Amino acid sequence: MHSESTWSPRLKQFAARLPGIIGKLLVAFIFVFPFYWMVITSFKPYIETIQFPPTLWPQNFTLDAYRSILGKMNLGIYVKNSIIISVSEIILQLVVMIPAAYAFARYNFVGKGLMFGMVLVALMIPVQVTFITVYLLMAKWKLLGTLLPQIIPFGTNAFGIFLLRQSFLQIPEEVIESAKLDNASELQIMTQIMLPMVKPTVITICMFSFIGRWNAYFWPLVMTDVERIRPLTIAIEKLKDVEYGINWNILMAGNVLLVAPILVVFFFASRKIMEAFAYRGVK
Amino acid sequence: MNQHLETKRRFFDKEKIKEKILPYIMVAPAMAFLLVFTFYPMVNLVYLSFFDYNLINPNKKFVGWRNYSDLFFLRKDFVVALKNTAVYTGAVVFFVILLALLLALWIRKDGKLNHFVQSCAFTPHLVAMLSCAMIWAWIMDANRYGLFNTVLSFFNLPPLRWLNSSTTAMLSVVIVSVWKSIGYYCLIIVSALKAIPAEIYEAAELDNTPKLRLFFRIILPLLSPQLFFLLVTITINSFRVFDTVRIMTEGGPGNATDVISFYIYRYAFRHFRIGYASAAGTILMLILMVLTAIYFKVLSKRIHYQ
Repeated sequence: MHSESTWSPRLKQFAARLPGIIGKLLVAFIFVFPFYWMVITSFKPYIETIQFPPTLWPQNFTLDAYRSILGKMNLGIYVKNSIIISVSEIILQLVVMIPAAYAFARYNFVGKGLMFGMVLVALMIPVQVTFITVYLLMAKWKLLGTLLPQIIPFGTNAFGIFLLRQSFLQIPEEVIESAKLDNASELQIMTQIMLPMVKPTVITICMFSFIGRWNAYFWPLVMTDVERIRPLTIAIEKLKDVEYGINWNILMAGNVLLVAPILVVFFFASRKIMEAFAYRGVK
Repeated sequence: MNQHLETKRRFFDKEKIKEKILPYIMVAPAMAFLLVFTFYPMVNLVYLSFFDYNLINPNKKFVGWRNYSDLFFLRKDFVVALKNTAVYTGAVVFFVILLALLLALWIRKDGKLNHFVQSCAFTPHLVAMLSCAMIWAWIMDANRYGLFNTVLSFFNLPPLRWLNSSTTAMLSVVIVSVWKSIGYYCLIIVSALKAIPAEIYEAAELDNTPKLRLFFRIILPLLSPQLFFLLVTITINSFRVFDTVRIMTEGGPGNATDVISFYIYRYAFRHFRIGYASAAGTILMLILMVLTAIYFKVLSKRIHYQ
């Protein structure tokens, strides 16, 4: 009673908003806590992970889990594979996608509607439908021992073509007309005038591709049966099989290695990345 | 005499032909990859589904509809997987849309705290499903020291078996998927809400329209295109669920969390029954095609009446 009368209006306003603020922080907590739990568990010794009640902060901070991963497997190979796959996928997709999106946006030709329709249909077809035949194809082509089965089947990025076409369409016709007056060739118009104007979209698409490849699990699971071509995701999943009973500290350490690069990038560019994703969703 | 004219015409034709061929050259690589790695596999899947074919004995034997009759009548496990997929999809669609919508309405305004919550909720979307599934399997560990069971014990409740019990396993898998995707869909709804003109809110405020009424009468109808898009996207994504099931439950206990994708994978790569797995794959493809067709039909209708 007494204190209430002395509260300033601003403080009162804050007090009224407090439940909302706490509620929102609680929501944030629900989404972030599992990652905290992953990191914390990875720094615990095994014995502490099976202790009741669990500790919210490691009592005996240790790098044992990471050491044991390095001892168990040649981590470098998997990281290298993941990077090679993701980067070459991006390059291949760009080479295929840019001319296709440009043609769909700028030219009229017989069969254009049908072909663009095929791109849209491809968007809806999941890998669980295509993997059997692609596997058989790769076996026939004797490529199963290489990284290629994880790269070339995704050469056409249907969503990328869709997005990039949209961006090309938004460039005003006058830009092209004035370039033509300057006697620029079609190739020059595409690479030197149009492409720089859609750079943000291209970067966004590359980011999606990278995340998609880096996180891929199903595809490498069915396309790899030798260690030297496996990506990081499969290596981390295998940490579970190696153990008798599950060593959660080791499993969590493996996942920290997989997740950390993405979370670090997101931490520094979260607004930009989220805008890109929101754009992708609305269009 | 008219040699000059002749070369000129030929020159023009060449230019014209070049102009006509150019777009085809530009889309050719994209179309080639699509044909080889998407459309041929779709057709071939249907073709293979009529054969008895396994990776060990490469001789195909035509069996007509037998794989399909086995799927639906001989073996009981496919119908179970189908049903589980439907239950999973229904639950994920319902909870993701409901929770993402509520959260979006709550944190849609620009501000430091709201942006922070949006970023936090979005984080799981970028992380591999593999990692999310493993982290949650650890949180839901059936032992006493599992985090969820510890929390239960603080409230003097008995520990649950989570992923190890057929009654809670599906719920656990659904929780992970919902948790992972709320942030992304919330973000899409937030940007849709921002596209609603501010005058509508102002007018409602002037009229003293009750908030609930404003929501159901104005905001929800305006959001319906986006919500419909989300409905279709989430449904299609949910029908192909694989990672969580494979990592958290292996379809178990029993076949409580068996789903179509996992079923196809299992029969193709563990039992090597390619023909049979292809029949299951064809069913998945048909379901997705029907969903897509409904989507485009509704979409075209909406555009038509606008």
